Amino acid sequence: MTDATMNAVEKPRNQWWDVWAQFKTHKGAVAGLCFLVFISLFVTIGPVLWDVDPGKLNIRNKDVRPIYMWLFDSDAKVTWSNPMGTDNLGRDIMANIMQGGRISLAVGWTAMILAVFLGTLIGVLAGYFKRLDGLLMRFTDLVLALPLLPLLLVMMLLFRDPLRAAFGPENGIFILIVTGIGITSWMQTARIVRGDVMALKEREFVLAARSIGTPARRMITRHLLPNVMSPILVSATLGLATAIITESALSFLGLGFPSDFPTWGKILFDSVDRMTAFPERVIWPGLAISLTVLAVNYIGDGLRDALDPRIRGH
Amino acid sequence: MLIYTIRRLLISIPTLLFIAFVIFMLLELAPGDPMAQMPLTIPPEVKEKMRLALGLGEPWWVRFPLWLKQFFIVEPQYWIDNAFGTNFADGAQRIISFQSRSPVFEVIAERMPQTLWVVGMSYVVGVLIALPIGIISAYRQYSVFDQAGTFVSMIGFSVPPFFSGVLLIVIFSVQLKWLPSIYDTTHAVNDWDSFVFQLRQMVMPVMVLALQTTAQVSRYMRASMLDNLGQDYVRTARAKGMSESVVVLKHVLRNSMIPVITVIALGIPSIFGGAIITEQIFKVNGLGQLLIIALQGSDIPMVMTITFLLAVLIVMMNLIADVLYGILDPRIRYD
Repeated sequence: MTDATMNAVEKPRNQWWDVWAQFKTHKGAVAGLCFLVFISLFVTIGPVLWDVDPGKLNIRNKDVRPIYMWLFDSDAKVTWSNPMGTDNLGRDIMANIMQGGRISLAVGWTAMILAVFLGTLIGVLAGYFKRLDGLLMRFTDLVLALPLLPLLLVMMLLFRDPLRAAFGPENGIFILIVTGIGITSWMQTARIVRGDVMALKEREFVLAARSIGTPARRMITRHLLPNVMSPILVSATLGLATAIITESALSFLGLGFPSDFPTWGKILFDSVDRMTAFPERVIWPGLAISLTVLAVNYIGDGLRDALDPRIRGH
Repeated sequence: MLIYTIRRLLISIPTLLFIAFVIFMLLELAPGDPMAQMPLTIPPEVKEKMRLALGLGEPWWVRFPLWLKQFFIVEPQYWIDNAFGTNFADGAQRIISFQSRSPVFEVIAERMPQTLWVVGMSYVVGVLIALPIGIISAYRQYSVFDQAGTFVSMIGFSVPPFFSGVLLIVIFSVQLKWLPSIYDTTHAVNDWDSFVFQLRQMVMPVMVLALQTTAQVSRYMRASMLDNLGQDYVRTARAKGMSESVVVLKHVLRNSMIPVITVIALGIPSIFGGAIITEQIFKVNGLGQLLIIALQGSDIPMVMTITFLLAVLIVMMNLIADVLYGILDPRIRYD
């Protein structure tokens, strides 16, 4: 008797549990998530455990090879105190990669959040308010027609000095890069969100909500935004990947952070001149960028499957 | 269709004008001074005269229409004069680079062949690799080949060109010593040996750029093939007893190519953007490198012109993609 009633009112499952269950079946996505967690811990907790100042010069101890070189060549200059070697000024490469990863990931996340916020805002406004639609979408088309990488380079060059003067060398460049990437990569999100909002607007539950007098603000936050969450999440992962690559590309072209301020792209750029003698200095930061972006792309792939209710549960 | 094309062409004029205005104003806000590189011993009044000589004395509402006039009227006139020996331009002022003091379009014309060779080659190679990968991946969905293709395209999306390029240099130039790491643009092809050398120096930059193209186009090709393979007309074709190769390569492929061709057209501008980085790695003195040098030297007319040319390319490719889509797919009606 009691059993029967228990079964009848089965506890409603949260949809995010279903999403997680589907996400877990995508092997690449799980591997990507593991790697992203690992690299995030590596750059956040790592400097606490590996307590070496990345900027500390030690000229006597320069050009140390990574520890594994000892396996191939017993004469190689290696030391356990610098397991990944040192650069031409004796700075520890492992500490630099940790510090650089902090900056690269921080830039990636912040720029992505800014881009997704802008894209969602413009997409929702264009999709929900018919008066704004034409104007905002023409604007989106215009921005899409701009050559973005050259413009980003122009922005880097032009606003570098005033922002450095206003916010200090590191914060100024950080703000500049994050805003630059943010305002040049919101367009795809805006288009997707607009399309979804326009489709949702015709649905019965929106009509029902409107008939009881829900104001536009509540309508958007309570009824529309939760339903466009999945495409936003997927484009957020893509945004994170492109933001990390764009930041590294800017650093690689010598227009990113100042030279004593490591990011993965900057370390790579600084090492290119001497890559014949020390290929590891190019390979480690490059691998860090590539694997992080690969992990994020796989997570996006898995999320897309997991958030699609037609695929989920099969 | 013709009316649609004409309408789109007309719309693209204000779009391009607006883009030109945005780029111009961005450069106008520049605190970077083209005089910053000059020696400090030059007296201020001479510096002021030099600024005037560069045309920086006038306000922007004079200089912007002037630039437009030079770009859209004077430069084509010079081009026609050169081609047919006429004299339309009549010595009118061209767009002059601040750095080299020579007309911007002459410098661009010098740099264009290198970029076109590397970028164009890589795009052709990338597309040629991508199409078979996409077709086979879709035909044998979830096979080992499909999984491998997915993985390769994921890598193409994830590995930035400045890393794949550097990695290729480390492997093929430094370790194996097979290929030169620097692209020699003065090299002239006149016999078989020099042709082989040209091929060898093009391999790496082309492959780096082609990887990006391949990743993107093969994904689209696969998705488009999968869409079409499940259609009823495929079953009909098979039921009529057509051979599998005819079904796939004639019926399905032709229909699947429609969206892919537009993607190929839309990708052309972005590959020019990617060339900025690749040219920097392999030291190709093409357009991308010219842009970087001009940026660093605050060479405003040069930056303005190159960026605007890229914008023209984007707008034109968008237009071509839309028109092609309408021509190739008779179900699409624009009117």
